[in-house]
Amino acid sequence: MSSVLYDVPGPKARRIYLIGSIVGSLLILGLLAWIVMTLAQQGIFEGRRWQIFTRADVWTLLGNGLGATLSAAAIAAVIAFPLGLVLCLLRISDAAAIRIPVRVVLEFLRGMPVVLMMLFILLGFGTSPFIAVVTGLVLYNSAVFAEIIRAGIQSLPRGQREAGLAIGLTSFKSRMLIELPQAIRRMMPSLVAQMVVLLKDTSLGYIVAYGELLRAVQVMADFLGTQFLFPIFFVAAAIYIAINILVSRIAVWIERRGSRKAAGGVAKAEPEKANAPVP
Amino acid sequence: MDVIFENLPLYWEGFLRTLFLSAVSGVIALVLGTLLAAARVSPVAALRGFSMVYVEVLRNTPLTIAFFFAAIVLPRLGVKFEQFEVAAIIALSTYTAAFIAEAVRSGVNSVPVGQAEAARSIGMNFGQVLNLIILPQALRTVVPPLINILIALVKNSSVAGAFFVLELFGYGRQLANANGDAVIAVLLGTAFFYLLLTVPLGILASTVERKVAIAR
Repeated sequence: MSSVLYDVPGPKARRIYLIGSIVGSLLILGLLAWIVMTLAQQGIFEGRRWQIFTRADVWTLLGNGLGATLSAAAIAAVIAFPLGLVLCLLRISDAAAIRIPVRVVLEFLRGMPVVLMMLFILLGFGTSPFIAVVTGLVLYNSAVFAEIIRAGIQSLPRGQREAGLAIGLTSFKSRMLIELPQAIRRMMPSLVAQMVVLLKDTSLGYIVAYGELLRAVQVMADFLGTQFLFPIFFVAAAIYIAINILVSRIAVWIERRGSRKAAGGVAKAEPEKANAPVP
Repeated sequence: MDVIFENLPLYWEGFLRTLFLSAVSGVIALVLGTLLAAARVSPVAALRGFSMVYVEVLRNTPLTIAFFFAAIVLPRLGVKFEQFEVAAIIALSTYTAAFIAEAVRSGVNSVPVGQAEAARSIGMNFGQVLNLIILPQALRTVVPPLINILIALVKNSSVAGAFFVLELFGYGRQLANANGDAVIAVLLGTAFFYLLLTVPLGILASTVERKVAIAR
């Protein structure tokens, strides 16, 4: 761990760090022990409460919830990406009559809470919760994808487009053949990170009564009794977090691979510049 | 449209509560996030590990799960709240702190090592290096993403509306249920109030970004 802030530690500093580490670990362990004790007093660790996981129907319900979560995320991502691409092209169009309205729409979509969009579609158009969740996710994320790709295109050297136009490509062809492939490649880490956000946002479906993982938890807790709420919630949260961490790792892996390849000649993205995903 | 004007007091109340939730959670998250970032770059391995695990887990937790935990699971575990606002603030600030920690950390790390080395080589001590050299430079990289995180926080506070807090989204939902014939107008009104907060913040973010942009 090298940081800007510190010199390489000498023997004395290393000793202090070691002591600090031990004290810190003890503090953290103490905190964990306190949490576990408090939970134990509530009877959380009684085997009876966790035995429900030996029942097949509990896993079936969790599986259904997970399936609903993943299918909403997958469908939304598949629609949102091409839509974002189109919106991006319109957003950077040479014609102000196209550019400005699209810009207003994008600002509008990005400035609204996703859950409000879902509710809007659910109640305003009387659709099923599934459609509401997917449409809400598509609208919001296509706007974000458009902005990410636009940032990628703008980060390219101007010469890329100029060269494209100079050899006689039309504006559209230059965008499609020269700028977009480089921009998407550059922004791949941000795009995958946004996929994580999209996956996380499917849990908003809980609020519009879509039967995703969290809703499954609620239904089971209502049905089996609230003493099972914590075990079921714990397992569902662990599943959610594990999947998200997995996708985040893929983003990091792509970023590393990208920056290694970049050394070989592909236009290189600046390090730490990739816009950090926003909650 | 009449629905919006008739219920303007409710909208206003919801707007103020959204503002309150965002402001309080924002301040707590800024403090917590900065502490986490400091722990993350500290030479003490235990603090580093703790901060890393915290950020990794919270960043990958859906906000709804955080809210569900704070508002529904915690009370079952014996942590009772007088008001659900407290649960909402806990969920929002712990969640947002993870993102702030990441932004601050990458800001500190974006300062070239040579800057600190040069400062130390002319005899500055740790405090001087931090205050005179690192932070002024790091701040420029950190502020625009922080504003974006705060915008997201305002939008995320809408989830509180589904967990027993009557803020903008909560009132919007209530009004939509009460006025079945004017759902679209009611929700567009709600959207307008959100945009009232998020759009100026967004403009601020891009202005600041342009103002403090430095070529490295």
